[in-house]
Amino acid sequence: MSGRKFGEVILDLKNISLSFGGVKALQDISFNVLEHEIRAIIGPNGAGKSSMLNVINGVYRPQQGDIILRGEHHANMDSYGAATAGLARTFQNIALFKGMSVLDNIMTGRNLKMKANMLQQAIWFGPAMREELEHRAKVEEIIDFLEIQHIRKTPVGRLPYGLQKRVDLARALAMEPQILLLDEPMAGMNVEEKQDMCRFILDVNDQFGTTIVLIEHDMGVVMDISDRVVVLDYGKKIGDGTPDEVRANPEVISAYLGASH
Amino acid sequence: MAFFLETLLGGLMSGMLYSLVALGFVLIFKASGVFNFAQGAMVLFAALAMARFSEWIPGWLGMDNLFLANVLAFAVAVVVMFVVAWLIERLALRYLVNQEGATLLMATLGIAYVLDGVGQTIFGSDIYKIDVGMPKEPVMMLESVFEGGILINKEDFIAALIAALLVISLSIFFQKTATGRALRAVADDHQAAQSIGIPLDRIWVIVWCVAGITALVAGIIWGSKLGVQFSLSTIALRALPVVILGGLTSVPGAIIGGLIIGVGEKLSEVYLGPYVGGGIEIWFAYMLALVFLLFRPQGLFGEKIIDRV
Repeated sequence: MSGRKFGEVILDLKNISLSFGGVKALQDISFNVLEHEIRAIIGPNGAGKSSMLNVINGVYRPQQGDIILRGEHHANMDSYGAATAGLARTFQNIALFKGMSVLDNIMTGRNLKMKANMLQQAIWFGPAMREELEHRAKVEEIIDFLEIQHIRKTPVGRLPYGLQKRVDLARALAMEPQILLLDEPMAGMNVEEKQDMCRFILDVNDQFGTTIVLIEHDMGVVMDISDRVVVLDYGKKIGDGTPDEVRANPEVISAYLGASH
Repeated sequence: MAFFLETLLGGLMSGMLYSLVALGFVLIFKASGVFNFAQGAMVLFAALAMARFSEWIPGWLGMDNLFLANVLAFAVAVVVMFVVAWLIERLALRYLVNQEGATLLMATLGIAYVLDGVGQTIFGSDIYKIDVGMPKEPVMMLESVFEGGILINKEDFIAALIAALLVISLSIFFQKTATGRALRAVADDHQAAQSIGIPLDRIWVIVWCVAGITALVAGIIWGSKLGVQFSLSTIALRALPVVILGGLTSVPGAIIGGLIIGVGEKLSEVYLGPYVGGGIEIWFAYMLALVFLLFRPQGLFGEKIIDRV
């Protein structure tokens, strides 16, 4: 990953703590994300990776800590607020709109960018129609980019898992986010699908300059595509740095190999 | 043959009205996963507003034009239903996001009683009439084809037309516009919809507004037929078998379910009635719904219920 230039700190997480009743999901976690980088959060099962992503995304509100996005405090936003602030996400268990076609699913990602009011839409009035067509063009670009032209009219529920994951990514990309959050983008995929997904993630980062925060189980994949990695275990941060630094960290090794805690 | 056709048409027309009420259920269920027990109360509330305002407005403005009074009353009733929708979201639903289905169901049951009570407190509890100038006298049709022709109730015919028009425009709105797409998205997955920037609260207000308008149209049609009275609130129960038949999640299902039940009621009454001493019309729909619950619980067009083990 040499030769690429990172920007300023775009997202800064400070001393985040989150608990559910007595369960401490996250304890005093701080790290930052630089503009244009690919930042991975890894850790064994139950380490708090998904909780971390849900905090960034506004699904959970941390009891303590601060989220600073482009210099602004965002600790109390909900997921709608996160979307308006330029964050998009995909879901581990795929949360697509199953009854709708691939095209319609991706079009929903344009929702925030649509300005025509409901009355104009209802009578298919000038601005609404023009707008719909503009967004449609943008969506077609994304469809081409992710190579899913052949399934654009298919209801999402009928697609195989790997393709659904790709549509999930397409919908997030349609939002033209500044920061893209990926929740286990490679989970449950075969080798070929994983390679495709890696290529798409790198291309998104490269071509659109999108900052990417991803959670992943598969260590190999993460080390290959990430610029920097945060390692969580039992809700605590145990490592942070480039893939090589993390790989050499004894605490990380013991967490992954299950040595005594 | 002529008699059969007459019965069939009568059934289709009353079925269209069931569809209209059922549509209100389906819209809200699809968009929020809430089975809205208050739909009937909304029909009553809307009809009361329409009836009373069409009575009051000529007095306030000192005019004597029935048509204008009705148009104004309709506009005011629409606004009233929007306010009701907004209040329901603001005061109840907002606090119940992502709660159990049963909790939401109980909440709508509560809303139903509040609407019944408040409606009658504001608008009075007598029987009122809505006179939108529907023609009452029946007409003969197809006299050249059948001997004696077919007797058609003009009022029912117009009502069915209005209902059909409303249903068609709603389907187009849902399928073709960005707001419609957002509504379908919310219906499918709240969490995902929110994360891509679809404002849940606004969508819910829109859905309840649309349901309020279908309630208003249903209320006006039933009200001008039967008079506006408390029993309007229970016509929603007649639409329950329709939603079970058609599937809670399907707009076309609501329409076709309504038609099947309308036709089934009339035909069974006429052709089976004499053998069992009549009165079939009242329970036929529920019977049919029961059969469906046994063999096809998701209804004709509903999404198949698949449980992950």
